[in-house]
Amino acid sequence: MLKIKEQSVARGLKIIVLTILTSAAMSAFASPASDSTHSEEGFNAGEVIMHHVLDANEIHIFDGLSIPLPIILYTSQGLDIFSFGNFWDDHHHPTMTYTSASTGNTYAYNHGHIVQVGDMAEELAHAGWSVSDHSFLDFSITKNVAGIFLAAIIMILLFTSVARAYAKRDGKAPKGLQSFMEPLILFIRDEVAKPSIGHKYDRFMPFLLSIFFFIWFGNLLGLVPFLGGLNITGNIAVTAVLAIFTFIVTSFSANKGYWMHIVAPPGVPWWLLPIMWPIEILGVFNKPIVLCLRLFANITAGHIIILSFTCLIFIFNSSSGAGAAYGVSIGSVLFSVFMMCLELLVAFLQAYVFTLLSALYFGQAVEDHDHH
Amino acid sequence: MDIVTPGFGLVFWMTLSFLIILFLLKKFAWSPILKSIKEREDSIEDALESAAKAKEEMRKLQDNNESLLQEARAERDQLMKEARETKDQVISEAKNKAKEEAEKILTAAREEIKNEKAKAIGELKDQVAAISFDIAHKVLQDKLSEADMQKDSIQSALKEISFN
Repeated sequence: MLKIKEQSVARGLKIIVLTILTSAAMSAFASPASDSTHSEEGFNAGEVIMHHVLDANEIHIFDGLSIPLPIILYTSQGLDIFSFGNFWDDHHHPTMTYTSASTGNTYAYNHGHIVQVGDMAEELAHAGWSVSDHSFLDFSITKNVAGIFLAAIIMILLFTSVARAYAKRDGKAPKGLQSFMEPLILFIRDEVAKPSIGHKYDRFMPFLLSIFFFIWFGNLLGLVPFLGGLNITGNIAVTAVLAIFTFIVTSFSANKGYWMHIVAPPGVPWWLLPIMWPIEILGVFNKPIVLCLRLFANITAGHIIILSFTCLIFIFNSSSGAGAAYGVSIGSVLFSVFMMCLELLVAFLQAYVFTLLSALYFGQAVEDHDHH
Repeated sequence: MDIVTPGFGLVFWMTLSFLIILFLLKKFAWSPILKSIKEREDSIEDALESAAKAKEEMRKLQDNNESLLQEARAERDQLMKEARETKDQVISEAKNKAKEEAEKILTAAREEIKNEKAKAIGELKDQVAAISFDIAHKVLQDKLSEADMQKDSIQSALKEISFN
């Protein structure tokens, strides 16, 4: 168990370091082109990929069609709610500033962030929008928030309808959607919850099912083309919240034995305890951090790979001409399709792994330690 | 670094959404679904169990029938045996009685014969004595007259006598 944990920690860290390095390299590569966004300079793959992977205030369906999303800012002067479209110029690029009528604050959009600009908005805008201060909280309905809402709505509609089917066909064999979902629910119950938690599995089932289906649907929504490149579960905020939920449930359901194992691991000589304490305490926080990073890194990596294959076509187009691009596109599309299939598997696998590890942590928390 | 910086708004909305999902689905989906599945599993298990029980009962019943049949057969055999024994006994008793009766009759007959015989012999003795007396009387009569005549008279006297 410990070995698996170490391996997963190592893997998670490796992936995150790699991701950070690539993203740093990409942003370094992206910065010279960012000021003159639409010049004839070469195609900037890094910028495109990061733009898709990161959160945004618009749903970018394709060039020329973007849906602006509402921006909600909580300032000391009050709430500011306005559409992202207010930042758009004639070419649908967020280069404009917006002054709220209610609070009088002026906002601008700077490289993926909403910033408040001072009174000399125009000058600041031309100077590259030096941020005055973050005197507001950003509750905007971003692309990923919309994605989360979508996933939530799908889940609630889907599973209440399945529940109705159970009520209607009480005691009978499952049918339709119900028979599609039942094996998955049974899988979580019989293969994940029961073996990991034991006889107290019952009270964790709603959480495990919710987390499993939310991650799975989130992963799948991220793979749907023309949905603005949703990247719900590839966002560290989302995975962090999920991991924190697991952490909270683990900590609150933990019995005395679980805490005693941390304070005084059985079979450890007393003089080793001071060395064990930091390790054990680290272990407690390690678990949710690893959960968070694994899901985030896996899904983001998948998105980056698929986008990279697609970007190859445009890189060749700008460097070697249209002919080369057509040639490369054959391989690119094949690889993208292959990666998509792989990602479908990963989508399920990561949901399963997150749920399984959560269940294992719950199992450790409620385990009977009487035998020591 | 944007990619590893959690956005505040996203954390807020995610927490809220997930709590709503958890609460609504627990109340309206997971609990009823899991309950129905459990109930169905239990009912299937019950059905299988009762089927097994019925089978067992059936087997027991069959065993019972078999033993009853066995018993009946044994009783019949016993009855037949007893009947045969009774019959044999009756026959042998009858035989013995008949034999005894016959013996008794035979003995009585023998006694009778013996008595008759003794009586007959007695009578015969008397007759023989009478005849002998007669002959002696005649012989003595004839001897006195003639020797030849004696012979003739004996002869004739013997002819006259009939032993009846």
